[in-house]
Amino acid sequence: MQSLEGYRLLDFGTAVAGPQTGQLLADMGMEVIKIETRTKLDGLRLGRPTVGPEIAGTDESKWLDMQPVFHVLNRNKLSFTINLKQLGAMDVFARLIKISDVVSDNSSPGVMERLGLDQASLEKIKPDIITITLTGCGESGPMRDTLVYAPLIIALGGLESTLGYADDKSPMNLVPGYGDTNASIHAAFAVLAALWHREETGEGQHISLAESYAVTSLLGEATMDYLMNGNIPGLQGNNHPALCPHGNYPCQGNDKWVAIAVDTEADWKNFCTAIGVPEWLKDKRFADKATRLKHRADLDKLIAAKTIKFDKYDITNVLQKVNVAATPVLNCEDQLADPHFLANKTFYEIQHPVIGKEIFYSNPARMSETPPAFRHHAPALGENNDHILTKLLGYSQQEVADLVKQQIIF
Amino acid sequence: MAKRPFHALKVIEYGEDISAPYCTRLLAGLGAEVIKVEKPGSGDIARNHGPFPKGQAHPEKSGLFLSLNANKMGITLNLEKKKGQDIFKKLIETADVLVENNAPGTMEAKGLGYNTLKEINPKLVMTAITPFGQKGPYKDYKAYNINCCGTGGMSVGVGDPKREPLTMPFSQGGYQAGGTAATAVMAALLARRKSGKGQYIDVSETEVWATTHTGQNVLNEGFKGISGTRKGIHGGKVYPCEIFPCKDGYVSLIAPQIEQWKRLVAVLGTPEWSKEPRYRDRKAIAEQYPDEVNAKIIPWMMEHTKEEIYKLCQDNRVPAVPVYDIAETVNHRQLKEMNYFVELNHSEAGKLKYAKGPCTFEKADWEWQKAAPLLGENNEQVLCERLGYTKTEMTALKKSGVI
Repeated sequence: MQSLEGYRLLDFGTAVAGPQTGQLLADMGMEVIKIETRTKLDGLRLGRPTVGPEIAGTDESKWLDMQPVFHVLNRNKLSFTINLKQLGAMDVFARLIKISDVVSDNSSPGVMERLGLDQASLEKIKPDIITITLTGCGESGPMRDTLVYAPLIIALGGLESTLGYADDKSPMNLVPGYGDTNASIHAAFAVLAALWHREETGEGQHISLAESYAVTSLLGEATMDYLMNGNIPGLQGNNHPALCPHGNYPCQGNDKWVAIAVDTEADWKNFCTAIGVPEWLKDKRFADKATRLKHRADLDKLIAAKTIKFDKYDITNVLQKVNVAATPVLNCEDQLADPHFLANKTFYEIQHPVIGKEIFYSNPARMSETPPAFRHHAPALGENNDHILTKLLGYSQQEVADLVKQQIIF
Repeated sequence: MAKRPFHALKVIEYGEDISAPYCTRLLAGLGAEVIKVEKPGSGDIARNHGPFPKGQAHPEKSGLFLSLNANKMGITLNLEKKKGQDIFKKLIETADVLVENNAPGTMEAKGLGYNTLKEINPKLVMTAITPFGQKGPYKDYKAYNINCCGTGGMSVGVGDPKREPLTMPFSQGGYQAGGTAATAVMAALLARRKSGKGQYIDVSETEVWATTHTGQNVLNEGFKGISGTRKGIHGGKVYPCEIFPCKDGYVSLIAPQIEQWKRLVAVLGTPEWSKEPRYRDRKAIAEQYPDEVNAKIIPWMMEHTKEEIYKLCQDNRVPAVPVYDIAETVNHRQLKEMNYFVELNHSEAGKLKYAKGPCTFEKADWEWQKAAPLLGENNEQVLCERLGYTKTEMTALKKSGVI
């Protein structure tokens, strides 16, 4: 059994934040139906697939079902292509709403309302429906219509201004789309909280998640310093207010690093001894944590000159043996070969019917009784139309053919 | 007052720092009763973390601790002692959820592992959040946020490609692991409504980074080689995805769609260079010479403030925004209109503003009723009123260092 069997979510998500919310819930057994239409496709279905020309071929009509990132974000889902702007489509869709629990979207503010798919409209069809909308900055207020992508979310949320080298001026861009992935984790939680509330009270509701401020809500430490002391944190580098040494230090090879964090005096002693520099223990600049923090920049340079002689895994072993927090800094290639990720099956291979082997990430909630699982590859566009129309909604084959003819199913 | 969504949920937290306390913060804000169990004497290490008012350390005034522990009750319990373990087991009897973030094996060593606790309460949902999870060769590694962020594949994506990777500021991994755990807890509770059975949940902070946050890179790796590595002020596969300096700070700008790029060029006044073929292949620019194109745009940026750029660009549907510092974000009119913060009074730290939560619920929203507990603030309430210990027994427990 899986945790969320019996619940159904209609997923209007596109790109990352919306679809990943659905993915996290679908992994846990929720029936997630991706609502799509050929008139407005999820951008992640579009463009030249990253799979290489030998797989992609030149027939662009097939590319829609050949996008690896789309596949991982939409695994375990069903696809239903319905053009809601077509006359009569809402009658079909209302039948689906009646048997669903949640509707999620990450469209621009106002879009769902214009389509008649906002909470107030849907409640008329299904009184206890739960809706969730993910936006950049909220559904009202002066920032409402701000056009954003993931990097801009963290800029508005306050995080970007702290992301960079302490000895530099400019903030650094963040390559992973943290604004989106943070939103999806919290949106998944919010959906389950609202389902719990509905189970207890019978009441549905709307949830609004502003991605920028979902990031701000994780900056309590920085916010409090401002509220208490008027301090505005600048670029943080790898500095920690209470740990030193604390950083990513170079190792043998190109772009190889080890992350090291030293807390107590015992850690410091073990660290110096293990990397062969007992003389640092007598250096006045490093006599205790307060002085080490003051001479952090000097110390980091000295450490880098030592770590560069080690392989990142070797120094990890040397330091962990003496109970010092050191771990290898890994890129995705390293991760695929890393013994810990291999032992935990953090990544696994699946066979996609169109493009073949894909390497998926697992769901990080390891549950003993109702574990999340990979059940089904991402759906081809409209793959489950027949199933949804006939099995879930009770249409006959003839009626289905008519709906296709009228381009309601499109 | 309407019933809070989690009004009937009883949660025990035996955690410290960020991950477990953040998980239970999400539950406490929606009405769960959270009893936070701390070590007598020192308590949660976040009490030592700060920031502190005027920089003066005080265990009841740490900004990190305060921001994570509102609405919770706090008790002290020495779980090294048999009596302490017995009291803990009594708490577990009636609890729905236990969240802890101790090193693997710690709970078992105290006789409080899941196998023992589920005998006491088969409906218990126990969640352990650790740097590397309960299984695998690194499970016993000592690790802080910077370690998980690095091994989890996030750090390689942050910073200048010619310099060291950067960890995410302000221990973001703790929050991501806590949020993931809270989602799993809710899934387990919903499953329990049908099965009547609890379960054990194992969340690894490193794995949260490696999957939900950066797992897409691994997929790409299979097809086109290493991806997700840092590009300094640049980003994205097509130009521009840039941090630009401007008259009074920085802006973040991205224009992946060709129409957005055309509109940006128009905003810039359609300069001559924009007509040259070299500046039309935006993939080539992103891969080979983004700095060259930035140099052509920066003079325009330096003539404008970040708010001017925001307005000029957004009015023309070009995605650009100011890089706001913490003060600018916290004081922004948008957050005021959203009622984003709530003010709480704390007997030692005074009145402070707290973020309500990562989203808003139309009917059953976050409600923050009291600031974080003082160390052992609710000892008497929990032990005497809930568990039936007498005042005399309390005194004896205090004397023997159990509470």
